[in-house]
Amino acid sequence: MTHRKEPIMEIGQEPRNAAIGLLRSVFRDGTPVHEAVLRLIPAEKAIYLLPVALFFFSLFFGRYMMDPVETFRVLIVGTANGFLDGASSLLSAVSGHPVLLPSFEQTWGASEETVVFRIRLPRLIAAMLVGGGLAIAGASFQGLFKNPLVSPDILGVSAGAGFGAAVGILLSGNPMVIQISAFFFGILAVAVTYGIGRAVGKGSTLVLVLGGIIVGSLFSAFISLTKYIADPYDTLPAIVFWLMGSLSTVSNADVIAVAPPILLGALCLYLVRWRINLLAVGEEEARALGVDTKRMTVVLIIASTVITASAVCISGIIGWVGLVVPHIGRMLVGPDFRKLIPVSAILGASFLLVVDDIARTLTAAEIPLGILTSLVGAPFFAYLLTRKKVGWIS
Amino acid sequence: MILNVNNASFSYDGITKQFEEISLSLRRGEVLSLLGRNGTGKSTLIKCILNILTLQKGEVEINGRRVAGMRPDEIAREIGYVPQTHRAVFPFRAFDFALMGRAPHIPTFSVPGEEDCEKVEEAFARIGIAHLQDKCISEISGGESQMVMIARALAQEPSLLILDEPTSHLDIGNQMKVIATIDRLAADGIAILMSTHFPDHGFLLSHTVAILENGRLIARGPAEDVITKENLREAYGIDVCVRYVEEVERMVCIPMSPCGCRGREEA
Repeated sequence: MTHRKEPIMEIGQEPRNAAIGLLRSVFRDGTPVHEAVLRLIPAEKAIYLLPVALFFFSLFFGRYMMDPVETFRVLIVGTANGFLDGASSLLSAVSGHPVLLPSFEQTWGASEETVVFRIRLPRLIAAMLVGGGLAIAGASFQGLFKNPLVSPDILGVSAGAGFGAAVGILLSGNPMVIQISAFFFGILAVAVTYGIGRAVGKGSTLVLVLGGIIVGSLFSAFISLTKYIADPYDTLPAIVFWLMGSLSTVSNADVIAVAPPILLGALCLYLVRWRINLLAVGEEEARALGVDTKRMTVVLIIASTVITASAVCISGIIGWVGLVVPHIGRMLVGPDFRKLIPVSAILGASFLLVVDDIARTLTAAEIPLGILTSLVGAPFFAYLLTRKKVGWIS
Repeated sequence: MILNVNNASFSYDGITKQFEEISLSLRRGEVLSLLGRNGTGKSTLIKCILNILTLQKGEVEINGRRVAGMRPDEIAREIGYVPQTHRAVFPFRAFDFALMGRAPHIPTFSVPGEEDCEKVEEAFARIGIAHLQDKCISEISGGESQMVMIARALAQEPSLLILDEPTSHLDIGNQMKVIATIDRLAADGIAILMSTHFPDHGFLLSHTVAILENGRLIARGPAEDVITKENLREAYGIDVCVRYVEEVERMVCIPMSPCGCRGREEA
């Protein structure tokens, strides 16, 4: 009876008493305050504050350094004004005559306004959507394929999207066209993989992985082909930079375009998170436990692919996040997908925020994200592996 | 009758029959041991009963309903399945692992609640392995993992429990623990179908024994009638000795020394 409640409920049940007791103990036996705080907030929950803190930090941190308090004011008052403006025009439209709601006084200049609302805000939101999305998709795929070495592009979505983007760059160069083409080919690649899986293996996950390898290398060859015929002074560098991944050109419109599919896919994975456990123990056992494994597989593939394709089409190819963040999540909360899915999203969002901060501030020129995720992530992961025993590496 | 298998036939490719015209039935609290050589189709038959594979001919009924027309979760509420072994990829906690047995009782977009956790705790306590709840399934022994899988199947609250060679990977002590557990569950009224490689287990706990050979049941009935020299020679191609042993107060079945084995006196 008691054992399941232990970690969560004990703290939740009597927060006030715990806090008082803790304060007393701090003063009595001289426990350092930060330790006391850590004991009060378990790591599992504290982690949810991480992206929030990083978000506000990233908002004033950058080449154009802003005052934190001023940044807050711009963000909050600016947002409020935005809402009031929106409400005014809505009311005007509904009532048929002009309505002007009062708004707060604007105490900041146009450059701050631009930095916060046009440059940093969309970029940070994009980093969180892409990082969290890739991590959640990676975690689901690792469960679906019963393999902790799987990343979201196992079924060829990144190679497909890369080819789509390269074609878009070659044919038009319009960012909108590039994004749509990347998204379309990313989905197409996975559809082909799934077709191979169904035709050959009746949906067996092993054949799906093999199909992913086939489709992935096919689209990689197509990418090489587009590079080969691209103009070496103009379109070739554009393709290469796109493939290395970056969030430097993300606009508000981009965020508005990709947020719904990423959030919808994430919501879908979040809702079925406990069922991913069942797929992770094996297809036959899952069947015997009453799971419609075929339908579940399709749901996971569609949700993860929509997330990954949406992420990749605004950010370019960003490796590593979808593979490693779920591992770090498992080190923190264990393999149960009930906790792993939300924690992966949180960690992925935080990780990409940090990496993107580095990308835009370290040097005068932007560093491509794909390079940094590996440069930062690989040593960090190696360090974690030496620190903590992992269940599947004995 | 909890389980009824009528004239079941199955083949993977439509040409070579894995088995044909199999008929079985199981009452509440009855234990049926399924014997037969490796590869003779015991596991295939089990998968057909679970409706993971679809029969070519015949039908399987569970509590009067045909499994062919049931959804996977409906079947899982009636039949608990314990596979031979579990290959752990992710190191789930034994409790969380057994909690998965609640899946057929939980809506797709939902997670297990308080009541489900209590059911799983009951299942652990019922077979005496409460101490394993917080262990990692990748770190426990084969015998313990078998017991955890039984706990998971019990969490399904099934009326029929199917075990695929539950003792094949276990040492003799753990074998007896699992057998004793199965016997106790049967006494509580669960119908049990298990495949096994040890004819002796038939005498230990079965009410009924069936021998599958070459795709057909060559014998079916009470253990004393089925586990005979003749039947086992036909099924396994070896000679066995079946006799009553005073000290253990039951029939036993042990293989005779096959020719070529030198035995003890020469060692």
